[in-house]
Amino acid sequence: MTQTLGDEGVATGDAAPAEAIAPGSTASRGTRVVGLLALAAWGLLLLYGLVISPNDVLQEESVRLFYIHVPGATVGMLAFAFTAFGSAMYLWRRTAFWDLAAGASAEIGVVFLTLGLIAGGLWGEPTWGEYWVWDARGTSSALAVVLYLGYLAVRRIPSAPEVRRKRSAIAGLIVFIDVPIVHFSVEWWNTVHQPATISRLDPTIEGLMLFAYFLGMVAFSLTYWWLVIHRFRVGWLQEQVDERSLSDAIDLRRAESDGSSTEVTS
Amino acid sequence: MFRDALLVLNKDLRVEARSRIALNQILPFALLVLFLFAFALDPSRGVLERATAGLFWLAVLFCVVLGVGRAFALESGDGVIDALRLSGLDPAGLFLGKAGALFVQLVALELVLTLGVVVFYGAALHSVALLLVAGLLATAGLAAAGTLYGALAAGLRVRETLLPLLFLPAVVPVLIGATRAYESALADQSGEGWPWCNLLAVFAAVYVGTGVLAFGPLMEET
Repeated sequence: MTQTLGDEGVATGDAAPAEAIAPGSTASRGTRVVGLLALAAWGLLLLYGLVISPNDVLQEESVRLFYIHVPGATVGMLAFAFTAFGSAMYLWRRTAFWDLAAGASAEIGVVFLTLGLIAGGLWGEPTWGEYWVWDARGTSSALAVVLYLGYLAVRRIPSAPEVRRKRSAIAGLIVFIDVPIVHFSVEWWNTVHQPATISRLDPTIEGLMLFAYFLGMVAFSLTYWWLVIHRFRVGWLQEQVDERSLSDAIDLRRAESDGSSTEVTS
Repeated sequence: MFRDALLVLNKDLRVEARSRIALNQILPFALLVLFLFAFALDPSRGVLERATAGLFWLAVLFCVVLGVGRAFALESGDGVIDALRLSGLDPAGLFLGKAGALFVQLVALELVLTLGVVVFYGAALHSVALLLVAGLLATAGLAAAGTLYGALAAGLRVRETLLPLLFLPAVVPVLIGATRAYESALADQSGEGWPWCNLLAVFAAVYVGTGVLAFGPLMEET
């Protein structure tokens, strides 16, 4: 398996040497390896999830949505935890690195968790007859998505870089503190109103189905890291562009005023 | 810290006493919301009666959003933020003062709203002790969370749109806890309502604690 990956890696390396040299590319040898591993994992997930693993006794074909639903939601939540970690690290170290890492992780987390929720809804329709049930996990996940959209909106508020980073870091921590309280309260609310919540994942899952689920986790985790690294680099380049465009604008303005002043004197 | 908090609290309440923005705009809005709910949910079918507790707290939530906007609009003009920073006030005291002033105004608003649901929705106040404790704890949580998220969005042009997006999902636990507690108090089954006060107390404690710690860094440089 490593042999084929190595070959593929060389192949892409040949295909895009100019891209690697060109400034502004967010790819590197490391991201290519992670990306190819993710692709391989997705290939295996498709193979095992759709072809090799058996139908569920009760849920039949729709059980296959679990291989997307659970990893998407799990990796999304872990991404939010990483955002909190990055926020705390920013407040400690005060480096742009941790600010950008926290922001990149939150963006990917929102996408993955939303994907997990959509897959859950598609699974719920044939199984429960409804796209949405007010169970604790789904409800608090949806609220977490909204909370992190708020966090991302805070990140986009234009301010001086240090102010913006610090504000984002504090927001990242506050939101992360809130999520467990929301989850707990929704769970309690839920137990009062719907005593029999159906467990979403059959705990006796085993064999090929467990392996397909495991592949889903691997595929989503690798894709997460691949996207986060790229997003991080895009964010870093954006900051460079902002800085450069400001200094360019100042230079331009200065040149203009020099030009006009010479005109006046002459 | 507490002396500074009292100073800020007095200042905010004095500003309100003289400007009467909350009294003349937010309070009528709260009563209007009670009417809008009645139009949306046909009063004759008993939906209003069953939903009274939830509607009451929804109306409060909307008013908190307005109140927080007002509390920070006070500080946003004429370099007031800079003046506050130069004043040497303890940021934690500043947070407690602003949250305290919001708390006092919200409690007053809730008293009027309670009268509103009694008159318009025919609610019966069975367990007053539970209503009081749950109401005060929930209001403390809302005031602290509102002040914290308000500071996060303060002085920004997008404040009006950003604050509800940040604040409303974050206070879902208060909405759930306070609604359940009020439901059982109105239905004269206060035994079921008391445990929810724990949730409200934890929420209030977390947000007061976070606000005391985070307000300093938030006020610097913003």
